[in-house]
Amino acid sequence: MFELIEVKYQKLVDIPHLYITKGLTVLLGASGSGKTTVLKLLNKMISPTQGRILFYSNDLKQIHSVGHRRNVMMLSQNPAMFEGNIKDNLTIAFRFQAKEIPVDEELYRILAKVQLDKGLDTPVNQLSGGEKQRLALGRIFLLNPSVYLLDEPSSALDENTEDIIIKMVSEHIKKADKSALMVTHSKSVAEKYGDEIIEMAQGKILYRRLRDEWNN
Amino acid sequence: MNGIIDLTIWQVFLAYVFVLVVLAITRIRGIGREKEILISSVRMTIQLVLTGYVLVYVFANPSPLFTAAIIIVMECFAIYTVFKRFEGRVSKKLKITIALSMIVGTLSCLLYFLFVVVRIDPWYNPQYFIPIAGMMVGNSMTGVSLGVKSLVEGMTTQRNLVEEAMILGATPQVATRSIVNNTFEAAIMPTINSMLGMGIIFLPGMMTGQILSGTSPATAVNYQIAIMLGILGAVAITVISMLQLGYRSFFNDEDQLVQS
Repeated sequence: MFELIEVKYQKLVDIPHLYITKGLTVLLGASGSGKTTVLKLLNKMISPTQGRILFYSNDLKQIHSVGHRRNVMMLSQNPAMFEGNIKDNLTIAFRFQAKEIPVDEELYRILAKVQLDKGLDTPVNQLSGGEKQRLALGRIFLLNPSVYLLDEPSSALDENTEDIIIKMVSEHIKKADKSALMVTHSKSVAEKYGDEIIEMAQGKILYRRLRDEWNN
Repeated sequence: MNGIIDLTIWQVFLAYVFVLVVLAITRIRGIGREKEILISSVRMTIQLVLTGYVLVYVFANPSPLFTAAIIIVMECFAIYTVFKRFEGRVSKKLKITIALSMIVGTLSCLLYFLFVVVRIDPWYNPQYFIPIAGMMVGNSMTGVSLGVKSLVEGMTTQRNLVEEAMILGATPQVATRSIVNNTFEAAIMPTINSMLGMGIIFLPGMMTGQILSGTSPATAVNYQIAIMLGILGAVAITVISMLQLGYRSFFNDEDQLVQS
């Protein structure tokens, strides 16, 4: 799906070559290892200072940035919330993209999917960190992109909710034939759900393993 | 009605009593701004005296060259003042935008006002060209300064929201829409407020000047209405042009936020 060729970004990332295949790829690594920078490079929030990134063999340089971000959508580790209530935040991207806003039933279905038992008119400033994180996840699920770039989507969740959410992400990706690149600190989450694991340290790739390799 | 009372130089100096009062107050209160007050008062006096000499000469010897030169100096000084105020805080791209929008916004309104509304003859008549240009350029400069301040602050304090909007597929224009709208409001508000209070809370400078020099209040009012609308147009067009191009200076060609 993605191919990184001699990619460098300032002094933060240095990747001579990397394939990221379709499915659920988990990106492991300590804080400051360059994981978030890789996600930003993949959805063109930033561009490499050196090297090329291919998406299905097309150079990202040649792909329109805004269109690419709508197709390869990122969830930040601390997603910003816009003023208003849950409904405003779930639908804001539809207004950004001038798309028809989904009906309330669809919005409630997404809230249930991300385990957020709140009314659509709940002000976002009344939500906890974990609830905001799940709302932001719901926000991008609603947009239905073909690739999800998830930067620690469960960092503000307790262990039990984390497992439910990651399982839901994994099932959604398989069922809807989507792909995801998910950043996490947890090796157990990576091995349980990942089709592919990539570990980074100090901006470099330590290893890349496919599920078949660690199962054998 | 009596003719105009001419002010002698000594009478003008008597007005400096106000400066002495302000200096005394700031001294007693320990505000510590005596130097700035004195410099600005003296600088204003020197600037106006020099301007007076220039205007006396230009009015006595009207020429398209003089008129054009004075307009160019006014524009350059206004643009320089804005640059100076935001030194080190705005990019080169935004500086170019500020200069272009000042020139386009003020000149388009000035030319329409003088040639279509007032219909001056000859076309370079300095008696009309210079004071009206001064009012339009001065007010636009204030509007652009407020606009740049609000735009830079908005893009700094709300950077996370702009970034989130872009992550969610917004174009730079859509991602910055609320900042741009708020900026326009902040920049145009002083002009709107002065229009609201005009004639009731205060009599504007141009109208007061015309009345003092013996012009009928009816003519002075007509001029004031027209010039206020002209100023509104100049400020609005200048600020809108600055914003329409200015927000782009925070993004690169790949629609990415440039590093702050």
